[in-house]
Amino acid sequence: MSAATRTKLLPGDPQLDKADEGRPAGRSNFLVEFWRSDVGKKWLMAVSGLMLMGFVLFHMVGNLKLYLGAEDVNHYGEFLRELLVPILPRTVALWLFRLGLVAAFAVHIAAAASLTKTNRDARKVPYKSERDYIAANFASRTMRMTGIVIALFLLFHLADLTWGRANPDFVRGDVYCNVYYSFSRPWVAIVYILANLALGIHLYHGGWSLFQSLGWNSPRFNPWRRWFAIGFALVVVVPNISFPISVLTEVIGPCP
Amino acid sequence: MDLTLRIWRQPDAESDGDFHVYAVKGISSDMSFLEMLDVLNEQLIESGEEPVEFDSDCREGICGTCGLVINGVPHGPERATATCQLHMRKFSDGETITVEPWRATAFPVQRDLVVERSPLDRIIEAGGYITAPTGAAPDANEIPVPKEAADAAMDAAACIGCGACVAACPNGAAQLFTAAKIAHLNLLPQGQAERYRRTEAMVDTMEEFFGSCTNHGECEEACPKEISIDFIAMMNRDYIRSKFKNRKRLGQKKVG
Repeated sequence: MSAATRTKLLPGDPQLDKADEGRPAGRSNFLVEFWRSDVGKKWLMAVSGLMLMGFVLFHMVGNLKLYLGAEDVNHYGEFLRELLVPILPRTVALWLFRLGLVAAFAVHIAAAASLTKTNRDARKVPYKSERDYIAANFASRTMRMTGIVIALFLLFHLADLTWGRANPDFVRGDVYCNVYYSFSRPWVAIVYILANLALGIHLYHGGWSLFQSLGWNSPRFNPWRRWFAIGFALVVVVPNISFPISVLTEVIGPCP
Repeated sequence: MDLTLRIWRQPDAESDGDFHVYAVKGISSDMSFLEMLDVLNEQLIESGEEPVEFDSDCREGICGTCGLVINGVPHGPERATATCQLHMRKFSDGETITVEPWRATAFPVQRDLVVERSPLDRIIEAGGYITAPTGAAPDANEIPVPKEAADAAMDAAACIGCGACVAACPNGAAQLFTAAKIAHLNLLPQGQAERYRRTEAMVDTMEEFFGSCTNHGECEEACPKEISIDFIAMMNRDYIRSKFKNRKRLGQKKVG
């Protein structure tokens, strides 16, 4: 049975003896093998999550150049487009990174959707009385919601500052002014701050959870895993949130 | 103690069930939860009603037969305690207590509070064994076992297979059970021969019935034997490794 169409077996299910039917006798590519299994899907989610964490971290670091002024941040934008020139033509390295990110997003979201269905099937009749959760926290219970918020924000963010369709004052290549004009609209600043809070909540659970999914567990560093997640979420979210606040309070000065 | 009980009643697997409310009086605070239910059942039998069906066997917390969701928590409010070892002194006089069976697609309700848990046996069958030589028993201490490995294996082997981890998991996942059953063999020298085949077979069987792990940690809180989710990370690691292991043709020329 393929993972995509599988619903949960019941005890004594006639399917039980056929569980291995349709599975190839040998090994497939390990990525295909992983996708067939829920544990493997969680591994893929953790790895794609790590890639996306790397992205949000470097995105934040790059944005810090806003504080150095228009020339610096626009120069940094140009640096990204010229990455690995002359080994690769202009913007090719940037596009390779972008393709990797699109793949990571696709895997992360597809695995989440597939596992959500699996998990719903695993308890078709819910508890009739109120459950009293002990260990599950707000972040772990709302991963799907914060994930959807981040994905929707990402589309708006691209339309606003990459494609320029949601930003009437957009000028391609003028990073500083695009950011300044965009955040000068208070509703954009508020949407940006809320989306970053959702990202922080998502990272608080994801930054810890990935260790379990990858099997990175050792008494040597187990107590640090939660602190890593908290620290990473803060390091990404606090500077990110400072950008719209700095524009609205004119710490980041107007477009030259 | 006088108590009001809201208990799930369901005549058989096919019918719908609902909560029935019963009043019990004169309960001793030294009674166990199951003894309190015995009192209720005496009362029901005397008044000509069908007694409430529930599973129990050893009543000393070691067999894993009992298991009720009490006020929204599997095995009730006392940590590291099976339902049979939960005492009524943990409740207050006049309290209303809600009792529900385990809920999971793989654990269909048979009657009242009794569920079928045979899918856990299917997981054991898939790989819960080692290859041992027949003949005379080996000398004690013939195989050196590191103390730490023996201790950790013993902690995992404390699993009584009650299914509270599945009942507690928001995803209806049996990861803690499966991880414990895998770990207590995978940690020991005697379990090495089948280590990766075991992990793969038991995880694959688990996934036919149950949901997937989102690292909430509810299972660990509900477990009457306090089995750690560290074992889930170990299982994930061994499962991922099993996908890369292929010793079938080690040292052989590739033919066909």
